[in-house]
Amino acid sequence: MPFADPNLYDYWPYEDRPKIVWPGGKKLAFWIAPNIEYYEFQPPANAQRQPWPRGNPDIIGFSQRDYGNRVGHLRLMELLDKYNLRGSVSLNIALLDHHPEIIEDCVKRNWEFFSHGIYNTRYSYGMTEAEERAVLEGCISSVEKQTGQRIRGYLAPALTHTEDTIDLIAEYDFWYSCDLFQDDQPQPLKTKTGKLVSLPYSLEVNDVITYGSLSQSASRYADVLKRHFDQLLEEGEKSGTVMCIPLHAYLVSQPHRIRPFEEALKHITAHSDDVWFATGAEIAGYYRDNYWDRTVADIERRGLSTGGTGFSGQVTA
Amino acid sequence: MSSSYPDYPLRRYGNDHDRYDWSYSALRPKDGPGKLDVFIVVPLEFFPLTPSGKPFKHPGAMVTPYPDLRHFSTRDYGNRVGVFRILDALKAAGMRAVFPVNGMLLDRCQPLIERIAEAGHEIAAHGVSTDHIHYDGLSEADEAGYIEQTLELFAKKGLQPKTWMSPARNESYRTPDLLTKFGFETCLDWEMDQVPVAMNTENGPLTCLPNHFELNDFNLLFTKRQSEDEWSDQLVESAKYLADEAEAYGPRVMGFTLTPYIAGLPFRIHALRKTLAAIEKLNKVRVSTPSLIRSDWLQK
Repeated sequence: MPFADPNLYDYWPYEDRPKIVWPGGKKLAFWIAPNIEYYEFQPPANAQRQPWPRGNPDIIGFSQRDYGNRVGHLRLMELLDKYNLRGSVSLNIALLDHHPEIIEDCVKRNWEFFSHGIYNTRYSYGMTEAEERAVLEGCISSVEKQTGQRIRGYLAPALTHTEDTIDLIAEYDFWYSCDLFQDDQPQPLKTKTGKLVSLPYSLEVNDVITYGSLSQSASRYADVLKRHFDQLLEEGEKSGTVMCIPLHAYLVSQPHRIRPFEEALKHITAHSDDVWFATGAEIAGYYRDNYWDRTVADIERRGLSTGGTGFSGQVTA
Repeated sequence: MSSSYPDYPLRRYGNDHDRYDWSYSALRPKDGPGKLDVFIVVPLEFFPLTPSGKPFKHPGAMVTPYPDLRHFSTRDYGNRVGVFRILDALKAAGMRAVFPVNGMLLDRCQPLIERIAEAGHEIAAHGVSTDHIHYDGLSEADEAGYIEQTLELFAKKGLQPKTWMSPARNESYRTPDLLTKFGFETCLDWEMDQVPVAMNTENGPLTCLPNHFELNDFNLLFTKRQSEDEWSDQLVESAKYLADEAEAYGPRVMGFTLTPYIAGLPFRIHALRKTLAAIEKLNKVRVSTPSLIRSDWLQK
C-alpha cells in the first residue's frame, strides 16, 4: 500500500529554529556540485520511464552529454580553480571505468565524490532491496578503490527512488542525501538506522532546470543565482543557511553560457567574510556533530514529531 | 449525433445559466470616485505522494512515478520555508492576506496556522486536499462529504471559515449551492467581474470576488516562464489601472495569488517586496481580506 506522505522528515517551520552558525562564524554554507554523468548510448528499457525521449539512439541527447565529458568538465574545473572552489561531484559511478582521466583531474583538485548511481539511465524503480544494496555496495567500493575516498553523499540516479532507498543509504553510513528539497537548512532524516542528513541541494537553481525546463538565458540564470544567494545570505544572519549550485557541464560549459555564469561566481566569492565554502560531506559532517541533536530536540519540544520512520510511521497528512 | 444536438434551448438574453445575473458594465451607474480593494491569496496545499488524478491531476501534483520525492518535497518547501518569506514581506508592507488551507494540512502545519491567525490574516477553507477536486462527476453526497470533512477538520482547530476556495479552483454545477448550505459566504473560484458578484444559490447569495488567474504566480512564473520583474510589473500595473478606473467609475476589486512554493523561493523575494511596496504606495488602494471586502460591499 503506497503512502500519501513519505514521513521521511517532520514538518518543521522555518521560523524560531535553534540558530546555526557555520565554522568561522559564517552565515551561509556554500557548495557546488558538478554532475559528472554517463548516459548510456543503448540503455535497457525500463517499464516506468523511457531513458531517451526519442527512443534509442538519441544522437543529440547522447552527444551533447558526451560533449560535457570530452570538453565541458575541464572548462568548469578551470573556472572553479580560478575562484578557489572545490567541487562535490555527483558521480555516475560507471564513469570511473569509462573516463578515468576526468576522475584523476577531480582527485588532483581534492574534490569530493558522492554517488549518483551507476548510470543516469538506470533507474531505481522496481529494484528489489538486494539489487539496491548491490548498487550501493558497488558505488562505495568502486570509488574507494580508485580514489581512496569513502563516499558519504547520495543523489538517486535521475532522482528515482524506492521506498527503501533512504533507509538503505543511512544503513550504509552515508551522511547526507540530496534527494529531498523541503528546506534551505539541513534536517535529520527519519531512518531505521544511521545518522542521515537531508542536505539542501537544489532544483530551483539547478542548471538542468533553469536552462532546460525553465528556458532561462545565460544572463537570467546568473541573475537568479545572485538573487538566490543574496536572500539566503540575509537569512543566514538569523540562522545559518545552505546554498548549493548543482551543475551539468554539458549545459553550463557551453561557450555562450560559461562567462555569464562566472559573473554569479564572482558575486558569491566576493562575500568570503560571511560564506563558508565547503563540500557536501564537510557541511553534513559539521551539522551532524553540532546541530543534529538540537534539531531533533526542537522538533520534539514543539510537538511536531510524528514518530516512526520513512514509509513505515503513521500515515498522516 | 443525437437528434437534439441542433437545438438551442438556452439561447436567450443574458447568460445560458441562472447562477448569476447578466450585468453589462457600461449600463451600471457611475459610483466614483471610489477606491480599489486588493486581496492577496496565499494557498496552503497538501500534495499526496499518491494522487488519484481524478478528474484531472492538480497542476501542482506529483509528476514522476511513485515515490515522487522530488515534487512532494518541493511543494512541502512552500509550507515549511517559502510561506514564512511571504509572511515577512506582508508584514513589512503592513498587509493582510487570505490563506485558503487544505483541511488535511491543519494538523501537520499547526504552528504555521497559529502564526497566520496571530498576524490577523484571514483563514479560508480550501477543501480537503489537492486530491479532493470538486467536479460534476461526483455524486451530491460525495461532494457534500468533502465539504463536511473540510469543516470538521477546521472545527477541530476551533476555526469556522466563511470564505471558500475549491482545490484547483474547480467546481461541479452544484458547488455554489452546497457552499451556502454549509454556511460559506464568500467564494474565490470565479473571476467574471471587477466588482463582487452576488451569486444565486438555493440557500441565498454567495459573494464571488474576482481572483485573477492572469495574475497568478504559478501561471506567470512557472507555466508561462515569465521573469520576476515581468510578473511584478504586471501586478503593479493592474493595481494602478484599477485605482484610476475606481476614481472615475467607482469601487473595484482585484485578487491575485502568491503560491508559497513559487513566490516564496529565495530568488523571487526581492520582486515580491518591490511589488508590495509599490502597491502599498498607491493612493486609493487598500489591501484587504475577502471577508472585509464582502462586508464593506454589502453595507453599500
